[in-house]
Amino acid sequence: MDLMIESFPKLINATKLTIQLTLLSLFFGIFVGIFFAILRTSKNKIFYFISYYYSYIFRGTPLLVQIFLIYFGLAQVEWIRESFLWIFLKEPYSCAILAFTLNTGAYSSEIFRAAFETINRGVVEAAKSLGLNKVNIFFKVKLPIAIKQSLPAYGNEMILMLKGTSLASTVTLLDLTGVAKHIISTTFRPIEVFIVAGSIYLLMTFIIHNFIKFLEKKYDYN
Amino acid sequence: MSLLAYGDTGWGDELFFATLMTIAVALAALLIGFILAAFFSTLKLSKNKILNLIGSFYTTIFRGVPELLVIYLFFFGGSGAVMYVAKIFGYDGYIEVNAFLTGAIAIGIISGAYSTEVFRGAIQSINRGQFEASEVLGFKKKIYYYKIIIPQMLRLALPNISNVWQITLKDTSLISVTGLVEIMRQSYIAAGSTRDPLFFYSFAAILYLFLTFLSMQLFNRLEKNYSKGY
Repeated sequence: MDLMIESFPKLINATKLTIQLTLLSLFFGIFVGIFFAILRTSKNKIFYFISYYYSYIFRGTPLLVQIFLIYFGLAQVEWIRESFLWIFLKEPYSCAILAFTLNTGAYSSEIFRAAFETINRGVVEAAKSLGLNKVNIFFKVKLPIAIKQSLPAYGNEMILMLKGTSLASTVTLLDLTGVAKHIISTTFRPIEVFIVAGSIYLLMTFIIHNFIKFLEKKYDYN
Repeated sequence: MSLLAYGDTGWGDELFFATLMTIAVALAALLIGFILAAFFSTLKLSKNKILNLIGSFYTTIFRGVPELLVIYLFFFGGSGAVMYVAKIFGYDGYIEVNAFLTGAIAIGIISGAYSTEVFRGAIQSINRGQFEASEVLGFKKKIYYYKIIIPQMLRLALPNISNVWQITLKDTSLISVTGLVEIMRQSYIAAGSTRDPLFFYSFAAILYLFLTFLSMQLFNRLEKNYSKGY
């Protein structure tokens, strides 16, 4: 019990990094996801293949491989070390965000693609006959419908990403899992630390879950 | 390419056995998960509210907490628990618990939480009439579950079982933090000693892609086989 009280402030402090990593990766991931979802629906075969294999590779390999490949692997390439990219890629923080973004982008692109595909043709045709141009149809008609359609699946993806950020601890970052591991390995009392850290994670999952439920209700116009 | 040579000069054989290890851990974890899922999905489907709560407790925790944290719990907790028991019998030293067993159990418990939901969903989607008809025909509960409900359930659950398998397979990469020599750990060792992380982690990614591709083919075949009558 003492250990639980003692480790609580440390773990709460580390939660900030976990939240930061989750939000930033999700934020960038949405753009990556929408971008590749659009490529996927394009009629150009090259665009289609790029998008298809991007999502296939990032969904078919473990996140740990991706983060190691970016953090350890890219440091080996000389022209990257000499370019301006190195400012970002030498830091574990930005490497982790890059890996998480690309990973969640791959999953989100599949979610958004499915959402775009289920849009009723009639709606698009109606928008066309009302004289809306392509850009307006996309932003004012297609996108809002797609966002609504993809909410439940995207909520799951948000929770998966939250759990995924725990891998940041493998590249020396001290997020919630990283600090929990540190405390466990110095005190050798895993159960107490697991209860505290696990509860914090569960609380965040709970918040995301309810946030999505709230959004679903808000955008439910049937 | 010489880095992948089979034998003492390259890492080919090591990586080959590491791949087998990954498959072995994933299969063991899936099996443990199924056993847990069979148990917890019955709890979740029972009419008793306390049993329901226990079932929900299990799935909520192990689907909501990061896999890595669970692995740390079992890695540090496992040897701690064994050492505690050993202390009672008078042995005072460090005992390391088998990494394979800890890994398979940790991943198995996580995989079981996902499988529980899959099993529950599949049983619920079976027409109530099937249960009633079995009862009317005078089958015992044990027999009609095995002969009538579960075979139908498997067909419905197969696509989702395929998903759970993919998740489990990818989760095994996390066991590398405990030192079990599977694909990720072996790549880490090879990358460290050759100073060529780009090559070895890319190769690890290819191995995982190969495994996921292979299992997808297998599940597609199984799905076709199980839906013959439909």
